[in-house]
Amino acid sequence: MSKKKDAAKIIFESEKDVPIMPMSLGSMLFNKTGSWRNIRPEIRTADCIRCGICWKFCPDMSILVEEELPVVDYDFCKGCGICAEECPVKCIEMAEERK
Amino acid sequence: MSQEKKMKLTLPVEEYVGSGNLACQGCGANLALRYILKALGPKTVLCIPACCWAVIDGPFPHSCMSVSIYHCAFETAASTATGVKAGLDMLGDTDMNVVSWAGDGGTLDIGIQALSGAAERNDDIIYVCYDNEAYMNTGIQRSSATPKGAWTTTTPVKFPKVESKKDIDAIMAAHRIPYQATASIAYPEDLYKKMLKAKNIKGTRFFHIFAPCPTGWKSRPEDAVKLARMAVQNCLFPLYEIEHGENLALNIKIQNKKPIDDYLKLQGRFRHLKPADIQSMQEEVDRNWNRILKKAQGC
Amino acid sequence: MRKVIMGNHALSYGAMLGRAQVIAAYPITPQTQVVELLSEMCADGTLAAKFIKVESEHSAMAACIGASVAGARTFTATSAQGLALMHEMLHWASGGRHPVVLGNINRAMAPGWSIWSDQNDSLSERDTGWMQFYCSSNQEVLDTTIQAFKVAEALFIPAMVILDAFSLSHTYEVVDVPDLDKVDAFLPPFKPYARVDYRTPRAFNGLTGPENYMELRYKLQKDMERVPEMVEATGREYEKLFGRHLGAVDAYRCEDAETILVTSGTAGYTAHVAVDEMRKDGLKVGNFRMRMFRPFPFDIVRRVLLPAKKVAVVDRNISYGHHGMFAQEVKSALYGIPGAPPVFGFIAGLGGRDITPASFREVVDTAAAQDRPAEEILWIGVKR
Repeated sequence: MSKKKDAAKIIFESEKDVPIMPMSLGSMLFNKTGSWRNIRPEIRTADCIRCGICWKFCPDMSILVEEELPVVDYDFCKGCGICAEECPVKCIEMAEERK
Repeated sequence: MSQEKKMKLTLPVEEYVGSGNLACQGCGANLALRYILKALGPKTVLCIPACCWAVIDGPFPHSCMSVSIYHCAFETAASTATGVKAGLDMLGDTDMNVVSWAGDGGTLDIGIQALSGAAERNDDIIYVCYDNEAYMNTGIQRSSATPKGAWTTTTPVKFPKVESKKDIDAIMAAHRIPYQATASIAYPEDLYKKMLKAKNIKGTRFFHIFAPCPTGWKSRPEDAVKLARMAVQNCLFPLYEIEHGENLALNIKIQNKKPIDDYLKLQGRFRHLKPADIQSMQEEVDRNWNRILKKAQGC
Repeated sequence: MRKVIMGNHALSYGAMLGRAQVIAAYPITPQTQVVELLSEMCADGTLAAKFIKVESEHSAMAACIGASVAGARTFTATSAQGLALMHEMLHWASGGRHPVVLGNINRAMAPGWSIWSDQNDSLSERDTGWMQFYCSSNQEVLDTTIQAFKVAEALFIPAMVILDAFSLSHTYEVVDVPDLDKVDAFLPPFKPYARVDYRTPRAFNGLTGPENYMELRYKLQKDMERVPEMVEATGREYEKLFGRHLGAVDAYRCEDAETILVTSGTAGYTAHVAVDEMRKDGLKVGNFRMRMFRPFPFDIVRRVLLPAKKVAVVDRNISYGHHGMFAQEVKSALYGIPGAPPVFGFIAGLGGRDITPASFREVVDTAAAQDRPAEEILWIGVKR
């Protein structure tokens, strides 16, 4: 689902690989925060008015826009529910997470 | 899939805050940073002191961000930024936005000396305080930005905070800096517009962004944006900008000012309040609001 | 060009010739002339640098760190209370591997308020991961400052150039101020290891867990261990260009000495004079003046001190409840070596009390009268 480039967690095997300054060498995309979820947003796209509000208020950049419709990035969506709360036509429902 | 209607995007699509970050569910500070970077773009350096964002970014050797970050000491968000700006200027990178990105504790409490120093020198930096009204990263201790009446782990229910929130915006206005603004995560277009404006001003620019913290406020994560909106609508956190310490302009006009009761009810940190406490808080909100209105009318 | 300048101005000239690009400083007696002259140099264009007149020493070091991670060569100067206020940021500079150069004027810590010299301010910072160089003349202050930039930037370790309050900071001496183009040939522009940049965005100093922290500190220590050799090599290169050699130590008449004085700063210069006088009286004494305290030059200390019969360390500082700090470290360097000479630890000159040639005569006489130190600390000049 996620279009974000996959990234691996960096683990240093030897001090020789560690930079002298504590500085970043990779992204956090290895950290699939989708696993934090208890409830998941489900979008009834048929009712969507494409207002972009769910995209705008997602704190985790987990509402993607695909073919002019919002799509949830379940790899990273933490399940906060802001999208469902803010949706003006209530076409997003928070459902029990299926594990 | 039908293509006849485009999705309405009121902000640029570029993202500089990445997924996989360590923010709690419904984090207001995440939204705040997401919005300001949409305005500032990739030529930006963030100086981040101890605050939630020192953790949210991700552990060494990782970062969720696609702009440079210098994680600095707690009280040095402003002074580090001043140094970064001076260094970049000497190296010829004169078009970088150097931003201090600090919490309310790092701004109103421990970092206020360095902030005041930078503002007095009119150093060419953008200082942004994301205000979640307590030391959230250390576990919800009171700061001078915590509102009167609130529970925190150091202002327990039996003895909630008795002091009022420090008026950092008035303090910054007294420095006569070229530009300052309050902003809210509930009004991202307003925040975006003001940050774009600030980007093109030289000197010290100060932003105070209201950023609810569901974890620390004992509120539901889905209410984060709603609470921020209510704080504006009931005049508890008015949105305005000030130039050179004067000419206060209200950005969001309030038609029907609502009482603060509903706002308080959604938050566990205010659950212990009695009607008399709420009444006294309402009076304080009203006094502050009237003061802002007077300033907006230029008197 | 030869000039008659005060020690503080020798620091300013060192920073100017080293082409510091960002200077952030806050005034404190007895450091003020350092930054006054630099602010003039920045204002009249003698030095192309940004001078940030910060509101505290804490912010001074924070700004230097910020400028360093932006890729600029940075300099600041302070003293005593100011250095103590910087303490947190001293760790930040070394842990972040920012090669800031700092001039510290040794001044006793308050209370009671004192503006006079002793070393407790800088020696209290010995564990912050900074190199420390103690100077005994204005020429040495200038030369050390220029060399400090070179060594600091080669290893990404910040460096402190240290001089005594008044007896050096405000004392005028003839100093050979080298030509800028010659210094340029010695000291190329700063090449940062990494910097804040939009072309390669990075986060610096992120949360570092137990799985990575120790390796970062291991690497800092390993690079610290490379300093003594680097200081010698840099000193030789400097000598070729400017005719003056500065190493980690200045060992004077130590080869055949029975008693070797261990000294530092201007007291070390006084000891030099005292050694000549005592030699005339037939006393076989030498002066081992330590220029570099961090990293501690174990090899040289052992090589020079081991042949002596007695070692007398004169500390212008004290670690309360323990000892003078040079004495502690000299003892640790000689510990466990069969036949190592006994180390006599003297404390003198706290809070600017004079250390004179007579003080060193007293030190040598006291050491001569005892096989081993009668007391852990032997005090010089206390009214008892």
